[in-house]
Amino acid sequence: MNIIDRLESALIRKDLPKISPGDTVKVHVKVKEGEKERIQIFQGVVISIRGGGLRTSFTVRKISAGVGVERIFPLNSPTIDHLDVMRSGKVRRAKLYFLREKLGKAGRLKERRRVELPNE
Amino acid sequence: MSKGIIGKKLGMTQIFNEKGQIVPVTVVQAGPCVVVQRKTAAKEGYDAVQIGFVDPQGGKRASKPERGHCEKHGVAPVRVLRELRVEASDPLKEGDSVLASQFDEKTKVHVTGISKGKGFAGVMKRHHFKGGRASHGSMFHRAPGSIGGSSYPSRVWPGMRMGGHMGSEQVTVRNLEIAKVDAENNLLLIKGAVPGPKGGYVVIKQEA
Repeated sequence: MNIIDRLESALIRKDLPKISPGDTVKVHVKVKEGEKERIQIFQGVVISIRGGGLRTSFTVRKISAGVGVERIFPLNSPTIDHLDVMRSGKVRRAKLYFLREKLGKAGRLKERRRVELPNE
Repeated sequence: MSKGIIGKKLGMTQIFNEKGQIVPVTVVQAGPCVVVQRKTAAKEGYDAVQIGFVDPQGGKRASKPERGHCEKHGVAPVRVLRELRVEASDPLKEGDSVLASQFDEKTKVHVTGISKGKGFAGVMKRHHFKGGRASHGSMFHRAPGSIGGSSYPSRVWPGMRMGGHMGSEQVTVRNLEIAKVDAENNLLLIKGAVPGPKGGYVVIKQEA
């Protein structure tokens, strides 16, 4: 393994669950306020995952007080304390940018993931 | 004392700083290096140290003159030789090792290398000329335009910017920050880009 791969693999977080577009996630972000550090939760739908390896980042969209808010997180950032996958939406594309035009119910309506395969 | 080392550019990646922000870094294999020759004002007319990048293959590819030069100063054949000017009082002597651990994180360094060759480059790439419009009947795209008057001066002024060979020249990037020092593996992670291709040799210097 070359040196750069080794440096990168040391920084990749292996403790986070696998996420995919359409998932509703709770991102627990470490926020520094002066001396104190606290955890802030950002909950929303993963609408895009881009990059690969160490450079992976994902976009989470939520509706906050009627306004759409999107936040992009580097997946391997140490500022992410942990990540919970709340539910998985059934989607047929990798980038869910169409959700930006959907308001209210139209945007929220997403079906559950297929049933887990029993065998294996 | 000013510090310096020879490094080999390995490539770029990113790391996270203490705020969790992404920092782009160039990974440089900095040495291990060894002082091959100590030049003095008395003998050579100026004070300098000649340092060599220790060859991981043990000098297999060194030429006979290179081998002889290293042998004369009592060190194993090295891969690359570079010279650094030092003060007369500098304590470095022949045979001393020069390591990445002499550098501190968060300090500024100057990095000198040979830039990537661009071949014969036009005036847009080489001198950042604007060029012309691509479409709508424009017949002027990447050409330099007028290079001087016809009646006077009736010649081209010296220094007129034109197409020609670009790159493969010595470039120094100043005040780059050392993001991380890996003393164990002799690696320096330098914030930002460094001249030259991957595998190219650079000189990293820090003024006192």
